[in-house]
Amino acid sequence: MAEVRVTVDGVNYTDDVEPRTLLVHHLRERLGKTGTLVGCDTSNCGACTVHLNGQSVKSCTVLAVQADGAEVTTIEGIARDGQLHPVQEAFNEFHALQCGYCTPGMIMQAIDLLGDNPDPDEREVREGIEGNLCRCTGYQNIVRAVQGAAQKMKPGAPADTETPVGVAGGGE
Amino acid sequence: MIPSKFDYVKPASVADAVAALEQGGEDAKILAGGHSLIPVLRLRLAAPTLLVDLGGIAELRGIREDGDRVTIGAMTTYYDVLRDDLVKEHVTLLAQATETVADGQVRHRGTLGGSLAHADPAGDLGAVALALDAELTIAGPGGTRTVPASEFFEGLFTTVIGETEILTQISFPRYTGWGSHYEKFNRTAQAWSMCAVAAAIRVDGGTIAEARVGLTNMGATPIRARGVEQALVGQPATADAVRAAAEHATEGTAAPSDADAASDYREHLAKVLTGRAVMAAAG
Repeated sequence: MAEVRVTVDGVNYTDDVEPRTLLVHHLRERLGKTGTLVGCDTSNCGACTVHLNGQSVKSCTVLAVQADGAEVTTIEGIARDGQLHPVQEAFNEFHALQCGYCTPGMIMQAIDLLGDNPDPDEREVREGIEGNLCRCTGYQNIVRAVQGAAQKMKPGAPADTETPVGVAGGGE
Repeated sequence: MIPSKFDYVKPASVADAVAALEQGGEDAKILAGGHSLIPVLRLRLAAPTLLVDLGGIAELRGIREDGDRVTIGAMTTYYDVLRDDLVKEHVTLLAQATETVADGQVRHRGTLGGSLAHADPAGDLGAVALALDAELTIAGPGGTRTVPASEFFEGLFTTVIGETEILTQISFPRYTGWGSHYEKFNRTAQAWSMCAVAAAIRVDGGTIAEARVGLTNMGATPIRARGVEQALVGQPATADAVRAAAEHATEGTAAPSDADAASDYREHLAKVLTGRAVMAAAG
């Protein structure tokens, strides 16, 4: 057993874990963070994507012991004071999910992508989420949602999404 | 899927890591970024008794100018390679190939050194290291040694790195002002290269003055396409001349046949992709 200290969604945890424990299993089974899903278990599907020290990773391909001392953010930690993250809002608004299984990982990867590239074109979105598989939607609305979220997250964008941009921003 | 049991250590220095490998014996395994090893452990295709995690050794990460070379610590992630200005300017081909590896999450964790040491014939960075005459530094119980990329790869998943040795850095000459391109052929997102071609070209007054070409997945190891290089030098950078030179791309290859492609198809790909890579590199 090895002692693993991690901060997950702002809460500190210290646990003894077997070195062979995958981070995703530690999150789900020990810490109760079941918002992060196990999809393929082969490093392909991206359903288990979380942020490790600010970078998106497939948590099925990281050992819990490797995360010792690290800060982890899961889908459960991105809403603020009951207010959904803009990417969560956009997935809702653009209907970017059907069964929803890929959604937690897809959103975590989209947030990472927008951190590196705040205004991606369609090709950049598709490449940015190539590590996340969706078997329902055909990706169209996911791509729209990520681009929609990018507009919401732009500096100076109106906080109230109901307000027309032209009014709030004083015209083109 | 859960790996079988192993012990785990995370040394803080290369010397401590080498000592851990010596103590661990033949069932000890190095953990770099983990994006080849952990999938293998999960499938229980390997069952090491000890993992020596290099993630705690700061000196193995980072990119620096090293005289007239650019030197990259073995534990530098793909992501950090991609964002580095020295690499972009002087070793552009490495950045171009790295960008095609897997996906964003994998590139956050996977490392240049881990990829080269793993020596998967479908891995994208071996052909680049070979084509660009990289030098690889390996640390072991007796000190360090440096080997050229041309002597590094021995066979399928096999390099000259000994059981108690660690790849510590990869050093590239500068190819400032060269044109380059990595032409990768696969069918789906995240997929491995069925075949790929790494090309760096220096064009002088419309004539190809120097050429470096490496092939991915055309044999058990990456292959340097010397026949193509020789045929290119002195030629104008035109489609006809490049196509003729690309006919040499299969010389010295031993393309595998597998579920993705038959060997004769890979040979066809090697020629076509060499033409595309060189033309793109020539701008």
